[in-house]
Order: sequence, then structure tokens, then C-alpha cells
Amino acid sequence: MNVQEIHSRLKARFGDGIGEWTAPEAGDPFIQVRPAYLREVCKFLRGEADLRFDFLRLISAVDWTDRLSSVYHLYSYEHHHGVTLRVDLLRTAPRVGSVADVWPAADWHEREAYDMMGIVYEGHPALKRILLPDDWAGYPLRKDYKAPEEYNGLTNR
Amino acid sequence: MTGKKMTSPLQTAEKMLESAVREPRDLTRYLHYLRTAYTEGLPLLVTPLDAAINWSRANSIWPLTFGIACCAIEMMAVGASRFDLDRFGAGAFRPTPRQADLMIVAGTVTHKMAPRVKRLFDQMPEPKFVMAMGACTIGGGPYCKHGYHVVKGLDRLLPVDVYVPGCPPRPEALIDALLWLQQKISKSHRVTDRYWRKDMWKQFMFWKSEPRE
Repeated sequence: MNVQEIHSRLKARFGDGIGEWTAPEAGDPFIQVRPAYLREVCKFLRGEADLRFDFLRLISAVDWTDRLSSVYHLYSYEHHHGVTLRVDLLRTAPRVGSVADVWPAADWHEREAYDMMGIVYEGHPALKRILLPDDWAGYPLRKDYKAPEEYNGLTNR
Repeated sequence: MTGKKMTSPLQTAEKMLESAVREPRDLTRYLHYLRTAYTEGLPLLVTPLDAAINWSRANSIWPLTFGIACCAIEMMAVGASRFDLDRFGAGAFRPTPRQADLMIVAGTVTHKMAPRVKRLFDQMPEPKFVMAMGACTIGGGPYCKHGYHVVKGLDRLLPVDVYVPGCPPRPEALIDALLWLQQKISKSHRVTDRYWRKDMWKQFMFWKSEPRE
């Protein structure tokens, strides 16, 4: 199944929750999803026999300076097709439902996105920093991040 | 020139040692002289006792089994048969800091890792030596400008004895660093140094000059 077919399947099922699909010059084509629908969409994609996205390749996050995005790269080993979902989030309060119960692989990916971008995945079993120390301030991969002058008594210049 | 005979530093040291036997106060004076002579680079640096101890120390440096990043791969190569650090007596990589003399910090030290590295260093018994291996460890390397998470120079954390530049350094560079460290150890004067390290000299201080760092 290609992106267009998957998109029309989703559109038929979820209606307004699904945005347009886009094929950028570089990278995979992606389908825009409203944050509130994401969990249901993911469960649907995984559950349906003709879709069966049984593998979450990765979750990445993008800072567009006016909004944040959480991007889900899915793949089906059964049908050998893939799809990318993109969720746009408010920069001030980036919140989206966790898919860690749909694909266990999402657990650490979501923790990393939280660690680096500050996206809060609601319903995640243990949403805490995965790479940086627990007491680190700020989210380093955001575009407006300023590195601390000092950490733990060590200067950072 | 006056009519006085020139005395070599060694003769001066011997004289001072003679008087130190009689007068305990002169012992610190003698040690201070040795210390000054050492920093001035005069050739009376090392007492025979120091020389014996240094010889044994320099030829059995046991490194700590400990690698943080990619430089550790080169360190492993140095330990293995092709380059064979054991030829210099430093092949016994110890699994515990309590048995190690040398800490080869091979790789990027992140802010998260820094307290762990410090703790390992603290757990090593004296005398201990630190080698900063690779660009990251020396000064942050490629992370120097934008690396928010990297300690930009190991010497902000630990006293470093030898720096090994490279990204990563070749095994030969590490062997060279080890030879430098051996030289450094053989020039050290630990026995006389004890008096200085513990600031014991301060209580006998009756002349003005400060020992140089």
C-alpha cells in the first residue's frame, strides 16, 4: 500500500483528525495527524490486517521555531510498506499521547524526544531524561537553547 | 669573580645535608634546596632512594581498565599484541581503581560522566597519574564550541600528567605518552616531596622565598 492509499484509509476512518499527506523533496512522504487522534490512529494502523504496522522505526522531533513536531516512522514487515506520521504541537505546551503501549520501542524514543526537545508524552510509563543528567535545565536541541555557563562546578566555556 | 672557589650544586647539597644531620631545622632547608634545584633543572634532582623507587614505579605502571569513547579502541590496540604496552611494564590493566596507578582517560568526558571519572580517580591509591588521551579530553575537541554537554578539558576536573593529542591518537602516540610519563616519574622526588605536599615545610619556614609551583 502506498501513502495515498493509507491516507485515504485513515481519512475514511478518522475524518478531520487526519490532515493532508505531503511528499517533500527529500525524505519520506508523511501524513499530518492531529495530536488528539494520534493514539487511535496508531492503534488502528497496527491493528488492521491490511495495514499491520508492526514496527516503529523511530520517533524523531523537529523544532520549527514556531511549533514542534513529533514524527513517527512506521514500517510493516508483513506487507513491506512504510508510512510516516507527523504531529504538530504547540511550542508553549507540547503534549501528545504516548504510544509506548502500542509499540514498546516507543518507550525510549519518547524519553529521548522529551530529553532533547521537551515534548511531553502523556501516559508514558516513566517519562524522565534518558541521556542528560536528571537535574539538567532546558532542552538542548531546541533552537533557542542556551548552554549553561556552569554545570556541577565545572565551567562550560 | 671573587677569590672564592666555585661550588657545584651537588657540593652545596652535600654540605647542607651534613648540617641537616646535626640540626633538624636545616633538614627543611636542605629539602627546599633540592626542590628549588629541581625546578631550576639542576642535575642533583633525585636522591638515591628516590631513584630506586622511581625506577620500580616507572616500569610497572598499571593502568585502569576504563574507556569512555572511541579513543578507548586505540587504547585497546595498544594493550593488544601488535603494539603491546606490556613491553613497558604497563600491560596489566586493572579492573579496579584500587590497584591502578594510571588513569588513561580515553574519550569525551561529558558532564554526566564527570562525577564518575572523578570518583574513580579518588578511589585510586597514591601515587597516581592521569593521561588525557585525545582531542575531546584535552580541550573538548569537536564539541568545544557547541557541545553543551562536554567538559572542555579534563584538567578542569583532574590533575593531568600527560596530554596525548590526536583524534584518536595513534597507538604510537600513546606509547610515546607512556614513555614521557616514565620520564616524569623518574624525575620525581616523592620522598622529599612528602614534606612539601603535606605543607610540613610551613611550620619550619624561617626564610622568605616560597617554593615555586
